[in-house]
Amino acid sequence: MTQQPIIRFDNVSKRYNDDTSVLNNISFEMERGKFYTLLGPSGCGKTTILRLIAGFIEPSSGEIQFNGKKINDTPPNERQVNTVFQDYALFPHLNVFENVAFGLRIKKIKQAEVKRRVEEALQFVNLQGYENREISEMSGGQRQRVAIARAIVNDPEIILLDEPLSALDLKLRTEMQYELRELQQRLGKTFIFVTHDQEEALAMSDEIFVMNAGEIVQSGTPIDIYDEPINRFVADFIGESNIVDGVMIRDHLVRFAGREFECVDAGLDPNEKIEVVIRPEDLEITSPDRGKLVVTVDTQLFRGVHYELSTYDRDGNEWLVHSTRKAQVGDEIGLDFDPEAIHVMRLNESEEDFDRRLESYEVSGHAE
Amino acid sequence: MQNKSTRALYLIPYGAWILLFVIAPIALVVYYSLFDIHGDFTFANYGAFFSSVYLELTLSSFWYAFLITLFSLLIAYPTAYFLTKTRHKQLWLLLIIIPSWINLLLKTYAFIGIFGQYGPINAFFAAIGIGSTQLLFTDFSFIFVSVYIFIPFMILPIFNAIDRLNPALIDASRDLGASPWTTFRRVILPLTMNGVKSGIQVTFIPALSLFMITRLIAGNKVITLGTAIEQQFLVTQNWGMGSTIAVFLILFMFVIMLFTGQKEKGGASIGKTK
Repeated sequence: MTQQPIIRFDNVSKRYNDDTSVLNNISFEMERGKFYTLLGPSGCGKTTILRLIAGFIEPSSGEIQFNGKKINDTPPNERQVNTVFQDYALFPHLNVFENVAFGLRIKKIKQAEVKRRVEEALQFVNLQGYENREISEMSGGQRQRVAIARAIVNDPEIILLDEPLSALDLKLRTEMQYELRELQQRLGKTFIFVTHDQEEALAMSDEIFVMNAGEIVQSGTPIDIYDEPINRFVADFIGESNIVDGVMIRDHLVRFAGREFECVDAGLDPNEKIEVVIRPEDLEITSPDRGKLVVTVDTQLFRGVHYELSTYDRDGNEWLVHSTRKAQVGDEIGLDFDPEAIHVMRLNESEEDFDRRLESYEVSGHAE
Repeated sequence: MQNKSTRALYLIPYGAWILLFVIAPIALVVYYSLFDIHGDFTFANYGAFFSSVYLELTLSSFWYAFLITLFSLLIAYPTAYFLTKTRHKQLWLLLIIIPSWINLLLKTYAFIGIFGQYGPINAFFAAIGIGSTQLLFTDFSFIFVSVYIFIPFMILPIFNAIDRLNPALIDASRDLGASPWTTFRRVILPLTMNGVKSGIQVTFIPALSLFMITRLIAGNKVITLGTAIEQQFLVTQNWGMGSTIAVFLILFMFVIMLFTGQKEKGGASIGKTK
C-alpha cells in the first residue's frame, strides 16, 4: 500500500445551470509532494478542477477527498490549500508585505512571527527588500513572485497554480519554469499546475493529466505521455507529430504508407485498423535508396536548433522532419527510423485498456 | 496658428460658464455678505454667524445631513452590492435611476399626499387601530423623503466601484483563509471606498443646503442652512446675513470635498488587469 492520496476525485461531475457539463465523471488521485499538471486546451475543464480543489465551486455530483476526508462542502477559507491566480489577484490597496501577510493576519498570528515568516517567504522567491513597495510598482515577474510568496507563507498542503506564467514573456516564462520546479522540490509540497502550454507541462511535472472536453484523456509522466500518447488528440497536443492511418498485421508488424514495418507494439487484433505516430525528431534524413520511406521535400524552415522540413510521400501523407541536416526543397530524400520510433495507437482505446496493453508487452517484450 | 486659435475657441464656452456661473456668483455672495441690512459696509455679519443661533443652526444642519447620508449609505451599499450580482444588472440599476429623472418638486408633493392626514399611510394606521398620526412636518418624514431622493445618487458611484472590483480578489481573500465578513471588511470595502466617498460627496453636500424638501415636508420644524438662507433673503430681506451663511456653506463644501477627495493610489484600476 502506498500512502494515502492527498486529493481524491471520485466520479466528480460539474454542470452549470444551463446544463452544460464542464466535467464528466472524473476520478483520479494525487500523491503528496508531487508536481501535477492539468494540461489541455481552453474550456477542457482544467481550471474547473482547480476551483473545485480550492473550494470556489462545489461539484454537482461525486466526492472530493482531501487526506481521506470528504471536502465537498468545506468553504475555501477552511481548506489547507492556497492558490496562485492567473492574473495574480494581488490586493492593490496593500503593499507587498501586507499582501504576503494577509493570510497570517487573518489567523491572528503575532506581529513578530508575521514579520519573520513574510520575510522568509519573500526570500524564498528572491524578493527581499521589496516589502514596502506598492503592487503597482512591481513588474509582471515580480508580481508573480509576490503571488507565490503569498501562497507559500501560509504553509498549505497543496499549492494550486492557475496558468500563472501565461502573462509573462517567453524568457521570463522559461526562467520561472525552473524556479517553480525548484521551489516545489525545496518545499516538498504538492503543486497542482494548470496550463495549456505543453512545454511547461513537460518541463516541470512529475505527472501530467491531459484533458479534453471535461475528461482526463491520459495521465502519466511527461516521458510516458510524450512517447506513448494514447490517441490522436494527445499526440497532436503534446509536441509535434506525424499521424498516419495504418493496419496492425500482427504483433510487432505494422503496415502504413504502403509498406510493412517492424515495430515494438503488440497485443492488438490481427489486421486491426490503427493510427501510427512518429515524432519529427525520430525521423532521420538519408539517401532515397537507404530510407524506409521515400519523400519529397516541400518546404524547409530554419528553426535555430534544427531544420523543420515538411515532406510528402507518394501516397500524399505529410511527414514533418526535424533534422540538423539540411535538404534541398524539391529533392527526393529517404527517411530512416528505428522500430521503437513507431508508436501504434488504437482507435477509441480507454486509458485503462491502454495501460494494461502497454504493461503486458513491455514486460514480455522489453524485460531487460 | 490655425490650431491654437481653434483651441482658444473651444475654451470660450467653458471660460464663460466658469466666469458667469461660478466666479461671478461667489464674488457677489462675498460682496453682499460685507453689508448690513441698511447697506453699510461691515464685518458684523461674520461675527453674527458665530453667535449661538447660527452655530446651532449649522450644527442641526450638519446633523440632518449626516443622518440623511448615513441612512442613504446603509441602504445604498447593500443594494449596489446585490445589483452587481444580478443577471441584468444594468437594467435593475436603470430602474433605480429613472425616478431620479422626475422633477424633485413633483416627488416631494407626492409625499405630502402620502404622509398627509388623509393619505394612504394614515388610512392604513387607522385600519390596524393605531389611529391617525402626524407624519408630515416631522423629523422622520423629512429624513425619509430626503433619503428617498438621494439614494440613486448614492447607489450609482458605489455600484460602479463594486462592479469594477476584480472578482478574483474576493476568491484570493477566501483562499487565504478569510471568512465572507472578513473579506468584505479587508478587501471589498477598502477597494470600493472611493465609490463610497463619491456617494457621500453627492449626498452630504446637497443635503446641507436642502431647503425645498425641508419647507414642504418638515414645514418649520426643521431649520437648516438652506432654509435659513431663504428666510434671510425673502422674509427678513437681510441679504447681507443670507450671503454670509452662503459663504460659510461654500466653505463647508470645500472642506467636505477635501475630506472625501479621491486619492490617486488604486483609484481608477481597482486591481483589474484586463
